Amino acid sequence: MTTSSFLEVDNIEVLYGQAILALRGVSLRVEQRSIVALLGANGAGKTTTLKAISNLLGSERGHLSRGAITWRGEATSRLDPADLVARGVVQVLEGRHVFPQLTVEENLLSGGFVRRPSRRALADDLERVYTWFPRLKQRRSARCGLTSGGEQQMVAIGRALMTHPTLVLLDEPSMGLAPIIVEEIFHIIRDLNRNEGVSFLLAEQNAHLVLQFADHGYVLENGRVAASGTAAELAERDDVAEFYLGAATAGTAAASLQTPIA
Amino acid sequence: MSFFIETLVGGLLAGVMYSLVAIGFVLVFKASGVFNFAQGSMVLCAALTFVTLHDKGIDFWLAALITLAVMVLIAIAVERVVLRPLVNRPQITLFMATLGVSFVIEGLAQIVMGASVHELDLGIVDTPIEIGGVQVSQFDLVAAGTAGILVVALSIFFNKTRVGIALRAIADDPQAALSIGIRLQTLWQVVWGVAGFVSLVAGLLWGARQGVQFALTLVVLKALPVLIIGGFTSITGAIVGGLIVGAGDSLAEIYLGSLLGGSVSTWFSYVLAVAFLLVRPAGLFGEAPIERI
Repeated sequence: MTTSSFLEVDNIEVLYGQAILALRGVSLRVEQRSIVALLGANGAGKTTTLKAISNLLGSERGHLSRGAITWRGEATSRLDPADLVARGVVQVLEGRHVFPQLTVEENLLSGGFVRRPSRRALADDLERVYTWFPRLKQRRSARCGLTSGGEQQMVAIGRALMTHPTLVLLDEPSMGLAPIIVEEIFHIIRDLNRNEGVSFLLAEQNAHLVLQFADHGYVLENGRVAASGTAAELAERDDVAEFYLGAATAGTAAASLQTPIA
Repeated sequence: MSFFIETLVGGLLAGVMYSLVAIGFVLVFKASGVFNFAQGSMVLCAALTFVTLHDKGIDFWLAALITLAVMVLIAIAVERVVLRPLVNRPQITLFMATLGVSFVIEGLAQIVMGASVHELDLGIVDTPIEIGGVQVSQFDLVAAGTAGILVVALSIFFNKTRVGIALRAIADDPQAALSIGIRLQTLWQVVWGVAGFVSLVAGLLWGARQGVQFALTLVVLKALPVLIIGGFTSITGAIVGGLIVGAGDSLAEIYLGSLLGGSVSTWFSYVLAVAFLLVRPAGLFGEAPIERI
């Protein structure tokens, strides 16, 4: 096992049901301690890619019909989501998906169960998450469904961090949040990456924002990788800017919207 | 006045018997959002297994233990064969599946153990005792005490233990629970196993009261208004709902029965349930869904 094989996604195809081909050969890699951006319009296949990696496709009747995913040299096809979480890969789902009836603290604790920690270790982990998200400590006994969108995103990320991940798959963290909150969340992500060595694979529509924080990026279009490179390169490229930085002319934008993919 | 109190107390205690059945529903509903139609069959199956073993001369506790093992096996089988292939399907699909499970359990239990009526004697003397001038059935008191212990134990389980919190998490959002490494399958087996245990307790008490027979599956019909009034997601609700149904039924029977031509207790609780559905659909203690606008 070399350090080069951290996460490798090799030419994968994903089928939903038996009919809908959502990914048509996506390859990408994430290096240890890096932040990788996964860009693309709605329906380009970002969420599907993340769920293929975390093995959450099964519950939505999707499966890998070709290609392979390896995590630290081990093929993930036979692992269930809990096995992957135990091995350090955790996904934060799009739209936050907190447990609304549980308190903020119970939400966070639920992320710790997978490692079966001692009571003491679980309490320490909780304190660690509270130091990253002090706001959550104030709201610890509030029912999560009643907290704000930004707080819920923090809970979702904090809950994932309770699993002690080495790679976090983060799906659209900016969705539906005020810009100032988004900024705050991205700074926390950068701190976690620099100080704790957590790697991130970030699916985002807001390319301008995510490329400021990422090392590398992939642009998905219609279930394929349309472009890839360092974050700086991608930020420079005209075609990427056109589609994803909001500079598209009416014609090209319409063309990109007309390609319906699951 | 003492007649009124006696009717009320008798009704309340009878209601606790309904609560015992309702708790089984709440458990499965809390952990998987499924209305488990097979709960009544599980009550019958537990009672039938126990009474068959007991009739063969096996000692009470051993028979209870073996029955519990059978219920846990059923729980594991149901999860493997029925629930696992149906993860993330619409809840109506799961409900229909439990309907099927209910037929299978009823059928198998009666093929293996016969359909005749068994008597079940738990050794509880059922002579009324007098407390503060009110005659109370000892059997009912034991049933109420048992229900009380169950409720305390289960609420500690759900609120303080890791398994309990994980079960509530699954009920809230199974996809998210999967994403943070909660093993749905294992926990469903746990919760169906616990529901099997509750069925055993309910089956023993109901069996001792009515005789162990097919009609035991019908106690679920009485649990339904209990659940609607108390709320599907609350164990406390199941108890309070049971008390309301029990008291309501027996008071209505006594005081309205003569006006309406009798048998009021067979339908009164359903009318009460409909009224609750109109005013408070989540029930008294149910979790109203939180929706963002």
